[in-house]
Amino acid sequence: MLSYLLRRLLASVIILILSSILVFTMVAYSGDPLASLRLNPRTPAAVYALRRDELHLNYPLPQRYWIWVTHAIHGDFGLTIGNQPVAPQLWSHLLVTCEMVIIATIIAIFVAIAVGVFSAIRQGRAFDSAAAFTNYLFISVPVFVLGLLLKEFAAIPMNNAIGHTVIYTIGQQSSNLNGNFLQRLPNYAGHTILPVLALILVTYPSWAIYQRSSMLEALDSDYVRLARAKGLSPTRVLIRHTLRNALIPITTVIALDFAGVLGGAILVEQVFSWQGIGQWFLQGILVLDFNVVQAYLLVTAFFVVAFNFIADVLYGVLDPRIRYG
Amino acid sequence: MARRWKKAAVGNESSNPTAAGRDFKRRRLGRLPRAGSETRHIGDEHGLSGDVRKQWQIVLGRFVRQPRAMVSLGLFALLGIGSTLAGLFWHYSYLDLTNQIATFGHGGPSFQHPFGVDTIGHDLFAQVMEGTKEDVQTALLVAAISSLIGTTIGALAGYFRSWVDTILMRFTDFILAVPLLAILAVLGNLAARQSGSWFWVAIIIGVLAWTYVARLVRADFLSLRERDFVEAARAIGASNRRIIIRHLLPNALGPIIVNATLTVANAIILESTLSYLGLGIQPPEVSLGSLIAAGEGDTTTFWWLFVFPAAFIVVMILCVNFIGDGLREAFDPRKTRVRV
Amino acid sequence: MNPIHAQNARDPYAPLLAIDGLEVEFRTAEGTVNAVRGVDLELRPGEVLGIVGESGSGKSVTAMAAMGLLPRSASVRGSVRFRGEELLHLRERQLMPFRGKAISMIFQDPMTSLNPVYSVGWQIVEAIRAHQDVSKEEALQISIELLRKVGIPNPEDRVANYPHEFSGGMRQRVVIAIAIANNPEVILADEPTTALDVTVQAQVLDTLRTALEMTHAALLLITHDLGVIAGIADRVLVMYAGRPVEIGTVDEIFYNPSMPYTLGLLGSLPRVDTDGSEKLRPIPGSPPSMIGKPTGCPFAPRCPLAADVCQEREPELAPVNAQTPSHLAACHFTKQAHDRGISLFIATSVDLDSASENLATTAPGSASSKAPGSEELRAPGPGNYVLAEGLSPAGPGGYETAPDGHEGSGATGPADGEETTP
Repeated sequence: MLSYLLRRLLASVIILILSSILVFTMVAYSGDPLASLRLNPRTPAAVYALRRDELHLNYPLPQRYWIWVTHAIHGDFGLTIGNQPVAPQLWSHLLVTCEMVIIATIIAIFVAIAVGVFSAIRQGRAFDSAAAFTNYLFISVPVFVLGLLLKEFAAIPMNNAIGHTVIYTIGQQSSNLNGNFLQRLPNYAGHTILPVLALILVTYPSWAIYQRSSMLEALDSDYVRLARAKGLSPTRVLIRHTLRNALIPITTVIALDFAGVLGGAILVEQVFSWQGIGQWFLQGILVLDFNVVQAYLLVTAFFVVAFNFIADVLYGVLDPRIRYG
Repeated sequence: MARRWKKAAVGNESSNPTAAGRDFKRRRLGRLPRAGSETRHIGDEHGLSGDVRKQWQIVLGRFVRQPRAMVSLGLFALLGIGSTLAGLFWHYSYLDLTNQIATFGHGGPSFQHPFGVDTIGHDLFAQVMEGTKEDVQTALLVAAISSLIGTTIGALAGYFRSWVDTILMRFTDFILAVPLLAILAVLGNLAARQSGSWFWVAIIIGVLAWTYVARLVRADFLSLRERDFVEAARAIGASNRRIIIRHLLPNALGPIIVNATLTVANAIILESTLSYLGLGIQPPEVSLGSLIAAGEGDTTTFWWLFVFPAAFIVVMILCVNFIGDGLREAFDPRKTRVRV
Repeated sequence: MNPIHAQNARDPYAPLLAIDGLEVEFRTAEGTVNAVRGVDLELRPGEVLGIVGESGSGKSVTAMAAMGLLPRSASVRGSVRFRGEELLHLRERQLMPFRGKAISMIFQDPMTSLNPVYSVGWQIVEAIRAHQDVSKEEALQISIELLRKVGIPNPEDRVANYPHEFSGGMRQRVVIAIAIANNPEVILADEPTTALDVTVQAQVLDTLRTALEMTHAALLLITHDLGVIAGIADRVLVMYAGRPVEIGTVDEIFYNPSMPYTLGLLGSLPRVDTDGSEKLRPIPGSPPSMIGKPTGCPFAPRCPLAADVCQEREPELAPVNAQTPSHLAACHFTKQAHDRGISLFIATSVDLDSASENLATTAPGSASSKAPGSEELRAPGPGNYVLAEGLSPAGPGGYETAPDGHEGSGATGPADGEETTP
């Protein structure tokens, strides 16, 4: 197990390093962040030169990468185009996104497993057909369409009907909040529910479909047949043999999809105007704020790689063939 | 060789009733490639020429017998062809400004403008048709590019294994390490500055969306290359290229085609998302995503600005997914068959 | 004959397991598959009944139906009784006391029949505690004992190992240990040696014999390997296309086969009691599709004796002759079949024959070599590989169609005979 973990850890670090190089190069070539400054005839040459220097644009690319990555490791992601340090902005925006992504991912995992398992054991019955239809429907709706649908055609009419805002459609919390955490909780919840719901609905279906098929595979396996032939109770067969084995492959799928969830979060933040890291990143792209864009990509890559590593560990825990392999 | 064949024979001996049922079925239908599974027995039957042609007929036959997939195929073709024809024959171009604009209580669907008009006077039907056309073009090009890249990389990694595999799969891994949408956003912004054409958007998505296909083809090749017919081909001196192209690829084609279809669906989502963010197809070209973005602020007042483009996106993706599902079932009836 | 004779407390001759008119159908998109079309059999205490037939002949489905392990998509009719108690259509929970305790089962492929995520000890303990009120520690001690009895070395250490740390033969011993953990009265073994290497097959069969001696259980042994049957069974039931076509004692089946299909099975076996010049006689054609009901005898298309009556009416099982009421065959021409013996089928070509002859002299000890009755028969296993290779036309493409791996080729002779007959 230890050597397996070390190997996976090493692979994760290598992937992260390669990703950071790829990302840095790609972003560096995607445009000139000081274009507007340079093209403005009233910019003093000294200011322009200073800004270039501050953004390390005078150095060759490998050196720029080295400066950037060594600082990034120490939590310093450089300056924004507006001459502010990137790191504080990064962490505050990240916190907002984390809240949404963590809640949504956890709920989506449970929903997906429940739907997949029940579809499999009710194969061909009404629940299975209904779940299959719902899965296909949500898989076929882009996040932003679903988000707008929830916002414009569900929440807003509902709020109008009630007469005051229960489900908020803009921002992650109201600005004029008083009271302690418990008093503010309904406001948080009212803001969080729609984005999280949108993210869950676009995330769970592919996992549910996968869980259903791995469940069906387990149900049709020889070891489950042997477990039944031993005279075990149906519940025990289902939980200890079928479900236990059918949970192994889904860990990899969920881990691989985690990047997709972060991608979905960008859209959800856009639709519901959350000041999350995705919004921050999009604005960074539009103004070619290199350090913002690179910081975002590096941090997400870190989370994706870390998540995959956790999945690898989990895989090893769940499957003795990996553990002792 | 003998030992290994023994195992193949044993593997086929049915240990359970469903397998027994399958055996009858296979016997009657001939055997077919099974999509996305490592435990399959297609190579057993693997022969080229006439045999393959017959297998394709059987796959086609099974596809045709699925009403949902056929209706979806028809509808998708109708959307693709219809939107192109509409661009040629509809009495407004998507660029035309009509003498009507959407104002409170006006500009909704009418005989003259079936989908209504937008706030500056475009005929929404012409725009949705143009958007649909560009989406379909983009998605098909993306599927072609990413299937080609993904199949090549997956085939090489799976066939040669060792360091080729390691390098290619690490490459795949670190592309997967960053949200695809984030990379696309960066590149999309770059492309948008040069040219907002659907063609470049498709190229960008295509060169990044192949990772799934590559993993799948690699897994397929890893198991296929151990099969006896590969060993036999190698024994008679077939070159690696010949083995890959003539022997392995035909066997992996089922899953590749199914996934190319699913890539089409994925590409529609990615393209419309990028365009919605303003990082994809740029004016004057239109995409369903950019239409939704344009109407976003007025959605509650002018519902048609959202409903028509959104409905077209969803219907298109749903159709493609159903086609993909039908193909999967046609290639691999056992996987989806009712059992247990 | 078999040395095992259990003493049944109540009625020593009452059948333990009785199957009557068993029919199993699977509904598929292509039509209804009639996997089993009427099986009647009785398994008496201490008896070993062998069921032979090609894959798809319904033998495995019969065993699964008896255990209630068929998928829901199967429709099952008829009756399966254990000591007179009807098992068919019992709910899963009602079957619990029977499964593993009254009847236990050994599956074909030991590589897949153990749960990969639990240690073998855990899985045996689970089986013991399903029917016996013992603590986990006691159950673990019993498990170690069981592993020792089925011939696993160092059971104290091995009990903590996971299935993937065992070889195929060792895993099948573990499965046997699970099967006998609760002293069952009936063991159903579904091709227990098919998935194993030839050398291991004999060892596993020995383990199975030990298991029978320990439990005094009756055994229903399903196989396509006549060599296995000859070594262990008291009675034999031959199945074809979902029905029994011949049933009798081992001697009756091997010395007086009276149904052309049985003749074909025997004729396609290499023999060691001759000098090796004997040619193999494969059955031409391939098994019929099981979709829809057949009209007439399903073996007729492959049968040298087929006449008009065979196309019209499916023969019923009937006594072969008045002296041996235990020997039944389903054929319109039982007498002719019996008289012509295995010469009924055409011998293979010289090339193939020399290949098998070659093998007959060089093959290592086969499954049945230690078994009583093996003088008559040799496990057909290895013969087929060489034959199949010999059959493959050399050249590009030829190999690709060759390793078809037609299931149950061990029983049917060389690769279904499809390619061998002109």
